Amino acid sequence: MDSEAAPTRETARGLPRVPFPRFRRRLTPERIASLALIVPSTVAVAVFVYGFIGWSALVSVSEWNSITPDYTFAGLRNFKELFQHFRFQADIRNTVVFTLLFVAACLMIGLFLAALLDRGIAGEGVFRSIYLFPMAVSFIVTGVVWRWLLAPRSGVNLLFERSGLGPLKQDWYTDPTVVHITSGSRLGEALHDIGIGWLASPDFGIPLAMTSVVIAATWQMSGFVMILYLAGLRAIPEELTEAARVDGASEFQVLRHIALPLLRPVTLSAMIILGHVSLKIYDLVVAMTQRGPGFATDVPALFMFETTFAGSHFARGAAISIVMLFSVSFLIIPYLIWSLRREARV
Amino acid sequence: MTFSPARIAIYALLVLFAALYLMPIYVLLVTGLKSFREVGLDRMWDFPSGFHFDSFRDAYDALSRNMGNSFRMVIPATIASCFVGSINGYILTKWRFPGSDILFFFLLFGMFIPYQSILIPLVQTLQDLHLYGSLWGLVLTHVIYGIPITTLIFRNYYAGVPTELVEAAKIDGASIFGIYTRILFPLSLPGFVVVAIWQFTSIWNDFLFAATVTSNPNTQPVTVALNNLAGSYIVEWNVQMAGALIAALPTLLVYIFLGRFFMRGLMAGALRG
Repeated sequence: MDSEAAPTRETARGLPRVPFPRFRRRLTPERIASLALIVPSTVAVAVFVYGFIGWSALVSVSEWNSITPDYTFAGLRNFKELFQHFRFQADIRNTVVFTLLFVAACLMIGLFLAALLDRGIAGEGVFRSIYLFPMAVSFIVTGVVWRWLLAPRSGVNLLFERSGLGPLKQDWYTDPTVVHITSGSRLGEALHDIGIGWLASPDFGIPLAMTSVVIAATWQMSGFVMILYLAGLRAIPEELTEAARVDGASEFQVLRHIALPLLRPVTLSAMIILGHVSLKIYDLVVAMTQRGPGFATDVPALFMFETTFAGSHFARGAAISIVMLFSVSFLIIPYLIWSLRREARV
Repeated sequence: MTFSPARIAIYALLVLFAALYLMPIYVLLVTGLKSFREVGLDRMWDFPSGFHFDSFRDAYDALSRNMGNSFRMVIPATIASCFVGSINGYILTKWRFPGSDILFFFLLFGMFIPYQSILIPLVQTLQDLHLYGSLWGLVLTHVIYGIPITTLIFRNYYAGVPTELVEAAKIDGASIFGIYTRILFPLSLPGFVVVAIWQFTSIWNDFLFAATVTSNPNTQPVTVALNNLAGSYIVEWNVQMAGALIAALPTLLVYIFLGRFFMRGLMAGALRG
């Protein structure tokens, strides 16, 4: 069809007809074979990714909240109830806190290690392998190990105690405290006066137990950021940094004013990849802390799994998954377009 | 190379960080090697009195069947993933068609979705196909959701193979399969290694699909079994630690011996390949 339409358009503009070979090239048996080879994967992804997402979306607006499927249309009721659910509100708070702390920690440690390693270090390969190896381990293993390392009566606390750093001891993931602005405090009243007094509530606080999960996740993923930054640093032309050093810039200034601006695309990639990992985080929380005290370490993925497969609230579970999908897409779709455009330009 | 105080400080920091990253491995090892009498929580950092393999024996007894399940799942899934990705990468670079870049984008998005958003339909479909609860169901799942990443890695890899080579073969009358088997495939070994290692590691380490699709302890992969072991109150923590090390061993060995290729897969995953 395309091959017939094209010549008409061209002739209408008074141009010569599209040469015959082009038409033939399109329909050779080889062409057809090439399309046939890509069809199975395309169909599989169309069904198992896009079709299934559509199916989940259908479940999320249905009445299916028991064992037997019920696709009666429920409108957005499941979503409305979800956002009013105290557990989901805690999940949103926890995810925001986790994402900010985890991304910030990984970027800082990753950049720091890359900057150190980019100084002509003997044994660079060994150090690099050590910082990166946690990436090869499953989140379940990480969770099991760090659960014991951060057990209040053992692990890191024991190390603090023995090295005279007793005051640093924490309750780690058993700590139910949510640090927040109290409404009675001066800051709380000031916020109230400008109309945002609702910020002074545990709903907008920092659950201390979450920092334990952040530590374990950072242990696992900061090496990945180091690798990205190291590759980025190696791509910076040496003349640039040398010129700055000759002009008397300190190493820190070179990093801050020359390298960092040039590393912006790396930083963006790392932020988006880590950010989407943290929006989906599940395994680590399951193995390490579960919901935590007062849902202090609960996350949407855990709520989704429990409410769907243990509680048979399929519609609510599907609604959680659709919210997760939207939050991830918000990050990933612009990033994919940006990456593919950048690739096309190269 | 001079050893200025600044350089010594850099090395000191690097060694300090290396110790921090290795700390969990140290604890896994010394805890696993302790006898049952030595494993008090207050003695976590102490050396074992000798080599006691009781914890490893107990952990192995508890996990050996699941280790076998993991291997039976991960090997066919990895092999299938490699071929699927290789074919897709070949078509998307050497047989480009109008809309092939859009198709690539369409495939790629599947790599980033939270799998929760396909979990309910997946369970229903696998039940309809009578694959629910079986390792083959998991193999199918991993191959399908591995399509985006394996296609991406092979596409980037084949983009580096000169198109002239393929065009010349086309003029000589080589068929689409002939070009693949005689030109692309023989050049593909590094691509296959990167994809195989990537898929091996991520399928071995997967928990979400494994926990959703298999409910019978006899068919569960090792990540699920380890999580159950660690969640049990009657299993001593030294056995849990030994189990964690056993479950991590295959991917750790791959990393130690083929880390270079693992790193390339990581970079491709960051879309920078």
